[in-house]
Amino acid sequence: MSPLTAQPVSVALLQRRDILRHALVLGGLLAAAGYPQYARAKAAFDARTLDEAVKAAGGARMAESRDVTLTAPDVTENGAAVSIGAATALSGVRAVLVLVEKNPSPLAAIFRVTDAVDANFTVRVKMGQTSPVYAVALMADGRALWARREVQVTAGGCGV
Amino acid sequence: MTEPTLIRIEPPRGDRTVVRVRMTHEMESGQRKDASGRLVPAWYIQEVLITLNGRQIMTAEWGPAVSKNPFVQFSVKGAKSGDKLAVSWKDNRGTTRTDEATVV
Repeated sequence: MSPLTAQPVSVALLQRRDILRHALVLGGLLAAAGYPQYARAKAAFDARTLDEAVKAAGGARMAESRDVTLTAPDVTENGAAVSIGAATALSGVRAVLVLVEKNPSPLAAIFRVTDAVDANFTVRVKMGQTSPVYAVALMADGRALWARREVQVTAGGCGV
Repeated sequence: MTEPTLIRIEPPRGDRTVVRVRMTHEMESGQRKDASGRLVPAWYIQEVLITLNGRQIMTAEWGPAVSKNPFVQFSVKGAKSGDKLAVSWKDNRGTTRTDEATVV
């Protein structure tokens, strides 16, 4: 991407250039026709089973792994906002998925990893009922490494 | 009319900077019924973009199961004081919003 200006700039203009660059990246990524990741991901969010969701998100070979850490409460009274941590220190991670197996559609979130962030995300999700929750690390070699915990929900959060 | 995203950037620890983000959005799953028994249509953030000084460092795709007023925490490598972190989202209606914060 060429610089937006060749002249020396003040701090304010530098901020503006970053905002404009961000806007260009945003516009390019989120353009309806030009965000291929989301178009692929739609099938994953529509999937009704865990396996289908992981496969549609790009995971080929699923395997449980101690190198993937899932942080979740054992019990929650508020199914509307359950804090889930999904992390791995492995290198070669393309994306981290969070899934709630018994939700109407199990896939809750996909986090795409670059070398500028750790493969370590915390997100709050809705759980309709007691369910296994999965953290899945999608690796560059096609493996889908997962960890699972059961979270007990005493008041569901999907639409009661 | 969108509401602000709260961005909390912790002071960098060594090479790592923890960022907590709380967006303001109803995140309707499409499963909930209103008082008259009709389904409230799905309305939720689908795409998230994080940039540092204009460079994309993370994206996310969400389904309706992400909670109302979405909270997400992540860890940035190599952020320096003065760096600009921008958080953008786009929902299923095509509405977008960008907020920015500076690394202390």
